[in-house]
Amino acid sequence: MLIFEISARNRRAAVQAPRPIATPKDIPQHLLRTSRPLLPEVSELQTVRHYTQLSQKNFSIDTQFYPLGSCTMKYNPRGVHALASLEGFISHHPLTPEAHSQGYLKSAYELQDILAHVTGLNAVSLAPMAGAQGEFAGVAMIRAYHLARGDTARTEFLVPDAAHGTNPATAVMCGFKVKEIPTDKNGDVDLDALKQAVGPHTAGIMLTNPSTLGVFERQIRTIAKTVHEAGGLLYYDGANLNAILGKTRPGDMGFDVMHINLHKTFATPHGGGGPGSGPVAANDRLKPFLPIPRVAFENQTYRWLTEKDCPQSIGRLSAFVGNAGIILRASIYARLLGREGLCRVAEYATLNANYLMVRLQKAGFTLAFPTRRASHEFIITFKQEAKTLGITAKDIAKRLLDYGMHAPTTYFPLLVAECFLIEPTETESKEELDRFVDALIAILEEAKTSPELLKQAPHTLPVRRLDDLKAAKDLDLRWQGTIA
Amino acid sequence: MPFIPHTDEDLAQMLAVIGAPNIEALFDEIPKDLRIQGLPDIASGLTEMEMTREMKQRAAQDTVLACFLGAGAYEHHIPAAVWQLASRGEFLTAYTPYQAEASQGTLQLLYEYQTMMASLMGLEVSNASLYDGASALAEAVLMAVRANPKLSARRILLPANLHPHYRKTVETLVLPQGLQLDILPINEHSGTLDLAILKTEQEDLAALVIAQPNFYGGIEEVDALCDWAQAQGALVIAVVNPTAMALLKEPGAWGKNGADIACGEGQALGVPLAGGGPYFGFLCTKMAYVRQMPGRLVGRTVDQIGNTGFSLTLQAREQHIRRSKATSNICTNQGLAVTAATIYMSLLGATGLADVAKASHAKAQQLAAALIKLPGVSLGFKAPFFHEFVLKLPCPAASLIKALLAQDILAGFDLGLVSEQFKNAVLICVTETKNNADITAYVAAVESALSSISIEETSHAHI
Repeated sequence: MLIFEISARNRRAAVQAPRPIATPKDIPQHLLRTSRPLLPEVSELQTVRHYTQLSQKNFSIDTQFYPLGSCTMKYNPRGVHALASLEGFISHHPLTPEAHSQGYLKSAYELQDILAHVTGLNAVSLAPMAGAQGEFAGVAMIRAYHLARGDTARTEFLVPDAAHGTNPATAVMCGFKVKEIPTDKNGDVDLDALKQAVGPHTAGIMLTNPSTLGVFERQIRTIAKTVHEAGGLLYYDGANLNAILGKTRPGDMGFDVMHINLHKTFATPHGGGGPGSGPVAANDRLKPFLPIPRVAFENQTYRWLTEKDCPQSIGRLSAFVGNAGIILRASIYARLLGREGLCRVAEYATLNANYLMVRLQKAGFTLAFPTRRASHEFIITFKQEAKTLGITAKDIAKRLLDYGMHAPTTYFPLLVAECFLIEPTETESKEELDRFVDALIAILEEAKTSPELLKQAPHTLPVRRLDDLKAAKDLDLRWQGTIA
Repeated sequence: MPFIPHTDEDLAQMLAVIGAPNIEALFDEIPKDLRIQGLPDIASGLTEMEMTREMKQRAAQDTVLACFLGAGAYEHHIPAAVWQLASRGEFLTAYTPYQAEASQGTLQLLYEYQTMMASLMGLEVSNASLYDGASALAEAVLMAVRANPKLSARRILLPANLHPHYRKTVETLVLPQGLQLDILPINEHSGTLDLAILKTEQEDLAALVIAQPNFYGGIEEVDALCDWAQAQGALVIAVVNPTAMALLKEPGAWGKNGADIACGEGQALGVPLAGGGPYFGFLCTKMAYVRQMPGRLVGRTVDQIGNTGFSLTLQAREQHIRRSKATSNICTNQGLAVTAATIYMSLLGATGLADVAKASHAKAQQLAAALIKLPGVSLGFKAPFFHEFVLKLPCPAASLIKALLAQDILAGFDLGLVSEQFKNAVLICVTETKNNADITAYVAAVESALSSISIEETSHAHI
């Protein structure tokens, strides 16, 4: 039932609204609303029950193992959430004078500092509101850098074919043409193709390392040298930063600018699809172009840096200061962990991924890159099973839901057929990983004995497999009934 | 080890399975000269107890003030149920509903949100959210250029009374694609767009942006503006306050054909001020333009045995499918803030939301009427306003704001920050959260501040 279908005309949760008054007379009649918007008409209890019941139809980190590759679905600490929700932070207007914002500004400044150390890039802006916006900021900074030098010929951006879809989409938003660079059979960038592709039109390259294939790009210094010698700059997609905290740094690899997904590496809640936060970090060459506002510490006081302080900035990305509440959570999380805890994140995320990978390999599953170490994630492919059993990665993913586990990322990266990208994260226990292996072994057995069980899956969720084609063909994007 | 469950025994067993001597060996593919040994420049970790003590102190440092500041972020009463429900782990710690069958809660909620928001805007379709109001406007501008059938149409008219931060954000996000942004001036008496100066536009006009209410709180003559722009072959983008739309004419009803796109900041619908975010941007349009929309869309469909269910749809517009040909690079949006807004709108309903709008308007009127009785104080503009208004002062706004801050009152937005010509003007917001005593206290504080400022200035003059 939709909330509209449990509504009844003129039923209200009246205590939630101010006392009713007459319609104002100073606003001309023709500028007033005459139609009644279709909003629910329910009691408070009906609302509470409806949305509680809806929540129970979700898988979440709090309730299920959620090994969604490239998304870093780790535990979101409760204490962090509670502290970021303290009254002084939650009631704080974003345009409050700095003298009354020192508590927040200090936390934001500390996060800038931590991110600079972790990335090896010494200037940070917390302004971008998501990873994709951080990517936009970074690529726009590279564009601004070339233009500031009067170099207008750099119209192309290089993107490996294994990259996240946001990478090429971002390059286009920044006005660049995208040139795809192929990957070799071991999961590294095809260096010959790269050398062919670079030239005076190259503005830069976008790379993830460890890559979306779950392996460390070993030739990164050669790639950096090749692109830099051609006059291009290097953008680092920080989606996989969780794998390398305290082990190696993008700045040392030769990257000029990057974004960090706070909702991945820094454990802020994913909220059913956001909010995220995607700070950008840059080296000295690109620092002047960072988006505003940033936080500075001068004369024992924290203050915002704006256009006046940063005349070459690419500008603003939001009405205010970015997703302050997420920034606050990430800052608290990073300080709870401290230097030892941050290093352990990479260590145990990598341990869990390698353990899971080896166990699955021993159980007969096919690894996409069997000669490589896993980073914090890895890929298995069901290409063989698809051929011999007629079972797809999607069937297996849907069946996993019946086993009470969220499916890994499926069909990404696009390079590997019938694949799972599996990222267990550091906060899962050995028992949970073993349970996942057991489930996949059982499902593979079902695929041989009763394949219909997979093709019809899921069986135990609130709905059976959904008709996506119908959803796109007979578009139904809002309820069009009336409240009785 | 914070949040890591492994015992020493687990570790030993896992390394044995992997066949690695220690964890360090798992990083052997990273070239040696790229390796660092830990993060010595970062401080050691804290316990939750130590952290709590420190954060409580910092939160107390950011004093809770009596808020008369709006300028794009608004204090409203948020029913207790809103965040108690939105903070349930099943909403809070889920991700984008790629596995639809395991995400029916979030998906149905988004479908309900799309229904509510589309109806509030009087349009046919809403997406599942964008980052915030300013970036939503930038996406609306890009969308209007794609949707406008004239391929040469790459020029946008922005009103001079648009939120200055929105204008800056639009510049950042759309100028790299080679669009042209022109400014439509306002009438200096009314503060609203001037119908008298509208002229026949060139072919290349893609869209007109209309802010309702505008940055100064004023209410625009939306019908005439909408009709004029559409007669020029331009799309109309409404950037509106969603609370105001319970009282003012909704974008879909503007002029003869209705605005083509409505967007804006959704924060007022149950999302706390929280230092500037996370908020959420909304974007609604006519069905004719649905394939040009950025962001996630949820559709209602059926499962294998005919039961109703929900899933993400029209994903061929999006970056994870379409890559360089996507309508936007947006991936994650603001799902949790939308969850709160959906619950907020459910609790308030159409009547409750209109009550919030009317109460806010009436209280802003009440404060304005009291303030203009003070000597040297007047309204900046003549147009009717919603819940925010410009007050002209006999002194710089910055002085007044500083004086009121000393009494724990956040007096408003210093318009001198936007333009030197407005340095004696403050933008004041009143919502339903303020009672008569708050309003009386504000007026008294202004009165005493103005008299002490003028005494100070007089004494300075003597020196």
